[in-house]
Amino acid sequence: MAVVSMTVNGKPVSAETEDRTLLVYFLREQLRLTGTHIGCDTSQCGACVVHVDGRAVKSCTLFAVQAEGAEVTTIEGLAKDGKLHPVQEAFRENHGLQCGFCTPGMIMTAVDMIRRRPQLDRDTIRHELEGNICRCTGYHNIVSAIEDASRRMAGGAK
Amino acid sequence: MISYQFAYRRAKSLGDAQALFAKSPEAKFLAGGQTLIPTMKMRLANPPELIDISGLKELSFVRIEGQTLIVGAGTKHHDVAVSADVTRAIPALAKLAGDIGDPAVRHMGTLGGSLANNDPAADYPAAALALGATIKTTRRTIAADDFFVGMFATALEDGEIITEVLFPIPERAAYAKFDNPASRYALAGVFVAKSKSGVRVAVTGAGSSVFRVPAMESALAKSFSADAIKGIEVDADGLNSDIHASAEYRAHLVKVMAARAVKAAGA
Repeated sequence: MAVVSMTVNGKPVSAETEDRTLLVYFLREQLRLTGTHIGCDTSQCGACVVHVDGRAVKSCTLFAVQAEGAEVTTIEGLAKDGKLHPVQEAFRENHGLQCGFCTPGMIMTAVDMIRRRPQLDRDTIRHELEGNICRCTGYHNIVSAIEDASRRMAGGAK
Repeated sequence: MISYQFAYRRAKSLGDAQALFAKSPEAKFLAGGQTLIPTMKMRLANPPELIDISGLKELSFVRIEGQTLIVGAGTKHHDVAVSADVTRAIPALAKLAGDIGDPAVRHMGTLGGSLANNDPAADYPAAALALGATIKTTRRTIAADDFFVGMFATALEDGEIITEVLFPIPERAAYAKFDNPASRYALAGVFVAKSKSGVRVAVTGAGSSVFRVPAMESALAKSFSADAIKGIEVDADGLNSDIHASAEYRAHLVKVMAARAVKAAGA
């Protein structure tokens, strides 16, 4: 057991946890931030993607102790002052989800890809989504949502 | 899934990592963890202690010295993929790094971790072998030709840590892989590199460990073109056969990927 401290969605947090606790369990069960989902639990589906020090990572493939001192952002940290993040807004408007299970990971991946690649075409978006799996409808509207968000954010609202 | 219990130690320096290992010789070093952690979660590995070397700044760098590209073993795949120096010196290596796994995996996985693990379907071993890289460790330097000794096996001794990899800059090089659409691991991947000293062809994904194809190398040394290797058959005997592809299919893919790599290298 060790006390792990990090900043999650701008707030300093500290909790005692086992060394073997994965970051995703730390977020969901100890901090009760259940927006981050566990899908496959084998590093493939991307439902658990969060940002650690500004980079998208799979929180099922990282121990919480590794994030000691890090800045972590989860899906709960995107909306500001009751206003959805432009990527969340674009997912809503483009119907970029059906059951919603993969959506937190899709959105966290999308925010990361837009930050890294200001110019996004549909092929690039699909390539960048290789680590995120949707089992409902396919990816068409997810790609449209990210394309839309990318255009809006290029307009300034980063 | 939850791994067995273990004790986590964060190394403050390379020296600290070695000192921690001396105290706990059953420990494993944790680099990017993108293979080790899933393996531990499946309870296929049970190290009593993890020594985390992922935060060591001294292992994360890219620089060019003369005709050699030097990449720190702790450099993440993503940082290799977007490095201006790598892109300028060996664009094929930047492209290879950018096609490993997926973006989240590339943000964690490291060059040294990939080489030390020597997964039969990993991409980096093909680059290291084809480029004739030298692998520098905390104890010595090892030529890529001597480094990869078998499936998940390398010349590394217990407690030995890869610190950097020296890639001689080739005249031209390219990597072509046919990847499993689910895992993105190579069913067959071929790295071709042409330099003054000759041509080297390294294959990953097809066999139990990365290997060279001497017949293709000598044919390409005479004429660097896809046509030059058209008639060269790859023996399926001993190649991997599983639910994804038979040995015969992999042997065929090696030929196709080799031709694509030669074309991409600018034959």
